[in-house]
Amino acid sequence: MLLGGIAAGMILFIVSVGLSVTMGLMGFVNLAHGGFAMLGGYAIVLAMKHWGLGFVTALAFGFLATAAASVVLERLLYARLYRATELDQVLFTIGLVFIMIASLTLRFGPENQPLTLPRALQGQIDLGFVQYRTYSLVLIVTGIAIVVALWLGFERTRLGAQIRAAVDNRRMAESLGINIARLFTITFALGSGMAALGGGLGAEFLGLDPQYALKYLVYFLIVVAVGGLGRVTGVFFAALLIGVLDFVLKKYLPQGGPMFIYAVTIVLLLWRPQGLFGGKAA
Amino acid sequence: MSEYRGGAQARTALARRHRVRAWEPLPWIVALGFFFAFPKHLGFGTEVLVTILFALSLDLVLGYAGIVTLGHAAFFGVGAYTVGMLAKHGLWNEPLTSLALAGIVGAAVGLGSGLVLLRTRGLTLLMLTLCTMALLEEAGNLAHTWTGGFDGLDSLPIAPLLGRFEFSPLYPTTQYLYVLVVLFLCFVFVRTLVYSPFGQSLTGIRENILRMPAVGAPVPRRLAVCYTLSAGIAGIAGGIWAQANAYVNLGTLGLDRAATVLIMLALGGRGRLYGAFVGAIAYMVLSHFLSKIYPTAWQLGLGLLLVVIALFAHNGILGLGETVWRRLRVSRPLNMGAPQHRTPNPPL
Repeated sequence: MLLGGIAAGMILFIVSVGLSVTMGLMGFVNLAHGGFAMLGGYAIVLAMKHWGLGFVTALAFGFLATAAASVVLERLLYARLYRATELDQVLFTIGLVFIMIASLTLRFGPENQPLTLPRALQGQIDLGFVQYRTYSLVLIVTGIAIVVALWLGFERTRLGAQIRAAVDNRRMAESLGINIARLFTITFALGSGMAALGGGLGAEFLGLDPQYALKYLVYFLIVVAVGGLGRVTGVFFAALLIGVLDFVLKKYLPQGGPMFIYAVTIVLLLWRPQGLFGGKAA
Repeated sequence: MSEYRGGAQARTALARRHRVRAWEPLPWIVALGFFFAFPKHLGFGTEVLVTILFALSLDLVLGYAGIVTLGHAAFFGVGAYTVGMLAKHGLWNEPLTSLALAGIVGAAVGLGSGLVLLRTRGLTLLMLTLCTMALLEEAGNLAHTWTGGFDGLDSLPIAPLLGRFEFSPLYPTTQYLYVLVVLFLCFVFVRTLVYSPFGQSLTGIRENILRMPAVGAPVPRRLAVCYTLSAGIAGIAGGIWAQANAYVNLGTLGLDRAATVLIMLALGGRGRLYGAFVGAIAYMVLSHFLSKIYPTAWQLGLGLLLVVIALFAHNGILGLGETVWRRLRVSRPLNMGAPQHRTPNPPL
């Protein structure tokens, strides 16, 4: 029962974690993050359909293609706006989302792009005590693997330590000789790549059409705001919370579900403006 | 003595800023001229005027006080539903009083939410305004016995204005003039407000939120008052929109409307009194002609335009115009060796 919600939470986590880290690092309000998830999803689904790539290869391709595209955008455009006002950042990224939506609509049409899962991932699996959808389990396992990998990367590598330092105190980190611009480019690329993975993995039940970038943006933002900026574990728990809550409410309270989530978010943010797991003032 | 003279100079400079300029009646003459020149397009004209009013209310919080909100449509929708529900359920349909009520309800919601939300800043504030609006939208959807749910309330029985002028959906002459007068009154109010010491302190808060408490300005109270006033005007805009169209729907509370008005203001130039006018007119005219023929290309063009504005023209169309104007004017005295004056953000 809960597994569906947990699987949805995993998708939310995979997409949102990059947003949390980039926002925490640069304080950049990136409303186009959902757009990167959408672009990645398109790359993955279309690569499978037209080039006959396998699911896993297509995911890798989507990750790399989106990460590469995001580096170009970051160096050319985002970098100019790091010192700009929040409003300019909001306008710029909304504009970017519009451009993404319109280009995809022009090129591929407004309809949903269906994702065909490989045969091995379809159907049900017997867990001994209950039958369950194989794909949900795969998502959960993938999600946990990614959390563990990210956690290790964050806590145990030099890059991770640099990112944590920069999130906590950018000026101090800079004066210690950490190249923030380079760090940010790398993080941005990784974050967008992760979003692309999430877009591809989640296409099966979130759907994939040009409105994707705006439709789920509020959810991604809620996860980041509740989880805290630049906090991997915070985002993980927030994503699970929202995913499970959304799933359960859709089942038992189909009418008031979203309302409850918004209310919970407002209360949580008022109680802890830096997010449940955030440390520093936003 | 010299210090005193400096103060006097500053005082005259400030006083000069709010003097009515020779060209300021022009927009109103044009708006009246539109009434006689294009009697067939008054419906569209009314829509534009309402949008200007809504953008003006956003300008007060965003352009002057620097509060970045993604949920301003909350107040527009609350105002619209106030008028709509009162009329539909046969409680009250006299236009002027119900419009005043829409403003009061909008302001009350603004005060209530503002007192709580304005403690936060940055992403948290953005998300809180967004979630508050989404919450209201969902509430509107749930309470469908009152609000009509997703379909909204249509054919609202609005009583004739002042007991004589009918709101006719086919010939919206009453609506146009009514909205024009309300817009004018609200504009005079906002204009007086932003040039008052209160308005100047808002600009101060926008420019440096840390320094204003240091000079003794009660920042949280100023922001809350500004948010409330702006929400009241947005409520009036929503209420008048409901009266002019004789219907309300959930779209009045949606993210689309909130984002669109933000875009308009950025397009026209924020923190400028006439930015709302230029932005709303430019956006509405463009979308009116383009979005029906090429909806996708319109979205693409709008996206490009936003990126260009954010990167190169932070102050929108009016800001661009001002820069050009200043270059033209400054170039001559500059040759004569006069110092180059550059006042930051002179309001139009």
